[in-house]
Amino acid sequence: MDSATSDRPAHRTPLGRSADNGLKIVVVGGFGVGKTTMVRSVSDIRPLNTEEVMTRAGEQVDDVSAIQGKTSTTVAFDFGRITLNERTVLYLFGAPGQERFWFLWDRLFTGTLGAVVLVDTRRLADSWYAIDRLEHHGTPFIVARNDFGGPQHSAEQVRDALDLSEDVPMIDCDARSRPSSKNVLITLVEHLHALSTAQESAQ
Amino acid sequence: MTRPGRDEDPDRLYTVTRGRSRASSDAFDLVTLVVSESDATPGMQSEHSRILRMCQYPTAVVEVSAELKLPVTVVRILLSDLLDSGLITARHPQTAGSAAHLPDSNLLEQVLVGLRNL
Repeated sequence: MDSATSDRPAHRTPLGRSADNGLKIVVVGGFGVGKTTMVRSVSDIRPLNTEEVMTRAGEQVDDVSAIQGKTSTTVAFDFGRITLNERTVLYLFGAPGQERFWFLWDRLFTGTLGAVVLVDTRRLADSWYAIDRLEHHGTPFIVARNDFGGPQHSAEQVRDALDLSEDVPMIDCDARSRPSSKNVLITLVEHLHALSTAQESAQ
Repeated sequence: MTRPGRDEDPDRLYTVTRGRSRASSDAFDLVTLVVSESDATPGMQSEHSRILRMCQYPTAVVEVSAELKLPVTVVRILLSDLLDSGLITARHPQTAGSAAHLPDSNLLEQVLVGLRNL
């Protein structure tokens, strides 16, 4: 191995030289709902973890001076990567849905294609805040119910509990399964495509 | 392995950026792909050398951050230095922009083809 590659650990798989368009999809949900599991199931690489720094007020996150004081906190997030073709690479981010992490959306996830709200039907209230904020941001999303083997709720019951509009797709999934997680992403992108086509034909 | 930067000494982060607290450019999205245009040279700040070696192939900002174990904010500052010096180029996402703007249907069709082929 020549010295030029010595900085690259064996697990790091480089993209092709022609890659020039990075896309983002965010998987959001409460603690322990399976976000990282889903990212791992479909990623080409072992999921990586990094972090961003914010002030307690959620402001000036691009200001390193905040790190100096005790007013800052850090938020870690996981991500994975899927090479779609020789030019296009999709990055999948697993992001916490709780209120204090929401600055990530404003500062980091602008320009995301769309979002998957991963829910545990035993803890639906954990998803309320995330859904509110996605609607507020105008970020298109779908809801995926991760199967934890809990009591079965009808789709109607879950939609009611989430106060979900009829045009938001909702599907069941198993985040541990690659085909199932892949199907979640396809459902989201089909939804985006339908919205985009409708918007284009209206213009 | 500990989470990157978790127990980081703030003074060290400040030293890495030589006291600057903001990137000179807002150009770097999390998924902007960075490509080295030059080799690392002796005497260069070690983080800059590592980035140049790492980005011989296109590498997203967020991957650089994970690899260097430095917060995204700090990495953006380091990348701005290298961009200003012409040592890297940046391939920006073609969808970045306002959150409310839907990506065009042709791009989404390409994404669907890629996902179905997984």
